[in-house]
Amino acid sequence: MKKLLEGSQAVAEAVSLCRPQVVAAYPITPQTHIIERLAQQVANGELEAEFINAESEFGAASIVLGAVAAGARAFTATASQGLLLMTEVLYNIAGLRLPVVMVCANRAVGAPINIFSDHQDSMALRDSGWIQLYVESNQEAADSMIQAYRIAEACELPVMVCMDGFFLTHTFEPVDLPIQAAVDDFLPPFHFARALDPSRPMTLGGASEADNYQEYRSAQQAAMEDAQPVIEAFDAEFDDQFGRAHGGLLQAYRLDEAQTVLLGMGSLMGAVRDVVDKLRDQGQAVGALRLRCFRPFPAQALAQYLSGAQRIIVLEKAISIGAGGIVAAELRAALHQAGIMTPVESVIGGLGGRDLTPEVIEAVFQETTQDEAGATFRFAPDHVTPDEPVREDCS
Amino acid sequence: MDKKGKSNMPIFKEIRFHGRGGQGTVSAAALMALAAFEDGFESQAFPKFGSERRGAPVEAYVRISSTIIRAHNQVYTPDAVVIQDVGLLRSEPLLRGLKRGGLIVLNSEQNPGGEDDNFRWICLPASQIGEHHLGRPLPNTVLLGALAANTEWVSLSALEQAVTNHLASKGETLVKANIDALREGYGFITQAEEVMA
Repeated sequence: MKKLLEGSQAVAEAVSLCRPQVVAAYPITPQTHIIERLAQQVANGELEAEFINAESEFGAASIVLGAVAAGARAFTATASQGLLLMTEVLYNIAGLRLPVVMVCANRAVGAPINIFSDHQDSMALRDSGWIQLYVESNQEAADSMIQAYRIAEACELPVMVCMDGFFLTHTFEPVDLPIQAAVDDFLPPFHFARALDPSRPMTLGGASEADNYQEYRSAQQAAMEDAQPVIEAFDAEFDDQFGRAHGGLLQAYRLDEAQTVLLGMGSLMGAVRDVVDKLRDQGQAVGALRLRCFRPFPAQALAQYLSGAQRIIVLEKAISIGAGGIVAAELRAALHQAGIMTPVESVIGGLGGRDLTPEVIEAVFQETTQDEAGATFRFAPDHVTPDEPVREDCS
Repeated sequence: MDKKGKSNMPIFKEIRFHGRGGQGTVSAAALMALAAFEDGFESQAFPKFGSERRGAPVEAYVRISSTIIRAHNQVYTPDAVVIQDVGLLRSEPLLRGLKRGGLIVLNSEQNPGGEDDNFRWICLPASQIGEHHLGRPLPNTVLLGALAANTEWVSLSALEQAVTNHLASKGETLVKANIDALREGYGFITQAEEVMA
């Protein structure tokens, strides 16, 4: 049954349906409501789990590392500086191939300090060996938690579900939460073959030297590549069981005969769909492609979707300072490798919570001026907010 | 205004709430969205904090629609603006983007209501009414009652249901006090209209 839920609550309820045995976290805006709700569930006896209020994000990440290594299903959530403080541990979780699931409530990184949403935090972890799913709505956030545990445990890879802070975490919107029995059916109990067990002692995280370290990285890369069909298959299976699919790796919107395609990630894509509908009504052949799975990077699928496009725009909420757009650079490489020479326009916007409104997105579609010679990206225009009232009539 | 009665009528309304941290601004927006959902609409509510502390200006947004809401943006051209603290009018343009024919619901003990070519406005001493029912000068549910009575975007019964569900964990006494505050806000406007008629 659909309920109007705050995004954080929807995610907490979905995590709870996955029956985690250990939840550890340290509070940070805009993630805090997720953990507060889970703490409440544990305190009320609604969720049978060990709840550990860690002394820092580094501690929280270390606790879920240990919990999963011991064979427990575990959860944590963080954002921004909290994610960066976890960084060392997150690389270890990935290198140890531990199926930890976490939420990054995407938030800008300081300095200057800013609590609002962009993708700078999770993008900084792109090389860490975590699967990263960027969700568009709270329904998808909730559903993706259930999928994330299935993916993580099948692939023995950690999964980070990235949801925009405030734009999703603090937004009340309709969410259909599945019933426990259906989730139990989709997500079997976690049995970790490599779980630490005092009755069969072994070393986890031993040293590796030049003769085999590279093989570990090669195995992680192969596991990531193998995860692509798994992510797609579980999204399809989820659709069969719950009647909702979220695109697997990529979600196309009105790409049929689209000449101009805008690619982006996360909650901004809702407004992009509205703009695509408006421009289509005006006879413009535009479409949108949502990159749901940024890691593993679905290079081949992207090339397939974009092979017919005449104009490709990437709109992203992070910047690799000193280089430019991150998704755009990776897309250029993927298309080049596939022999597609269509230029990719890289547009960066929405940093520190700046609102990518339908007006801004439409302007991004309509901008026809040539980028400055040598420029690899441009910034999105700002939304103009006039001080005076009476912009238009009430409908 | 039950689910069946409204389901075929296409509507899209946007509301912006202005208040200060501690005045229940975010809760007001959530309650409005919950009530609209209760009435069978799609709805959305979310806050914008400057900084999370008591007394700081807070905005919250609501969308009510007969079709699915996909965008997650702030509200720039509202159909109604609810102002919980009249003092905020001195510091920022609270009516920015308000549509022609739009409604202003203002927590004020002084100004009468009225309308001109551009707007309608309703003033009521919501803090005073809130204090009477809640023991604290909280204007939010009073103003929601006034908003509901003056727009018919949500039913009073749906708002009462939203208050009952949303505040359930805070106890029956608080739920009842808020419902009384809501009803007085709803009734206040009805009385004002009778006087004007």
